[in-house]
Amino acid sequence: MTPFLEVAFYVAGVIAVLSTALAISRLVAVHALLYLIVSLLAVAVAFYTMGAPLVAALEVIIYAGAIVVLFIFVVMMLNLGAEARKTEREWLTAKTWIGPVILSAILLAEVIYLIIRAGPHGAIGDVVTPKEVGLALYGPYLIGVELASMLLLGALVGACHLGRPAPRKAERSI
Amino acid sequence: MTGVPMAYGLILGGILFALGLAGLLMRRNLLFILVSIEIMLNGAGVAFVAAGSRWGQPDGQIMFLFILAMAASEVSVGLALILRLNRQHKTLDADAASEMRG
Repeated sequence: MTPFLEVAFYVAGVIAVLSTALAISRLVAVHALLYLIVSLLAVAVAFYTMGAPLVAALEVIIYAGAIVVLFIFVVMMLNLGAEARKTEREWLTAKTWIGPVILSAILLAEVIYLIIRAGPHGAIGDVVTPKEVGLALYGPYLIGVELASMLLLGALVGACHLGRPAPRKAERSI
Repeated sequence: MTGVPMAYGLILGGILFALGLAGLLMRRNLLFILVSIEIMLNGAGVAFVAAGSRWGQPDGQIMFLFILAMAASEVSVGLALILRLNRQHKTLDADAASEMRG
C-alpha cells in the first residue's frame, strides 16, 4: 500500500466534487464552464492515482480540451452583441476567477508532488500501461472501435445538418 | 493492486453522477442540462476506470474511451440543437421547445 497515492486521490476527489457542485449551481454559463474544467482536471488526477495514465491524458485532452472548448464556442456564439463587452468587464473580477484559480493551484501542487514522488520512470503503484490498453482496444474490442467511428461520423453529419443557416420559409419542412 | 481502494473510486463516480443528475433536474437552461449530462457520463467513466484498475485489466479504460467518443458526439449534436433552438426561439429555456405535441 502506498498511502501518498491514497491521499492524492482523496484531495483530487474532494476538488472534483466541490467544483462540480459549484459548476451546476452557477448562474452564468462561462463561470460554470470554468468550474467544469477544474472538475475534469481533478478527475484526471484521480485517474492518474488509480493507475490509468492514458485515460488521465485523454481526459485532459478530449474532455477539458475539446468538449469544453466546444461549449465555450457556443456560449460565445450565443451572446454576440453590443452588451457583450460590458458584461465581459463585469465578469472579469477577482470574485469570479479566484475560486477556479485556488482549486487548480491545489491540483497543480498535487501533480508536482506526484511527479517528484514517482521516480525516474514516472510510474506510481500498479499501472495499466497504454500498451496494454491499445492491444486490447485493437484486439477483442475492434468492433467497438468501428462502431465508435460510425457514431462519430453520424454525429458529424447530424451537427452539420442542424448547424446549417436557417432555410427559407418555403422549404422549411423538418 | 494500486493504493486506492476500488470502493472510493466507485463512491467518487457515484457522487459525480448524483451531482450531474441533480443539476439536470434543477436547471431549465439547455446549456446547463448538457453540462450536467457531461458530468453524469464522467461519473460513469470514473466508476469504469476504478473497477478496471482494481483488477489490473485494461477493459475499464477501454469502456471509458467509448464513453468519451459517445460524449463527444452527443455534445456536438446537442450544441447544434441548442444553436438551432436559440435561432428560432431566441431563448435557451428548455420549456420554450414544448410546442411539438404528439
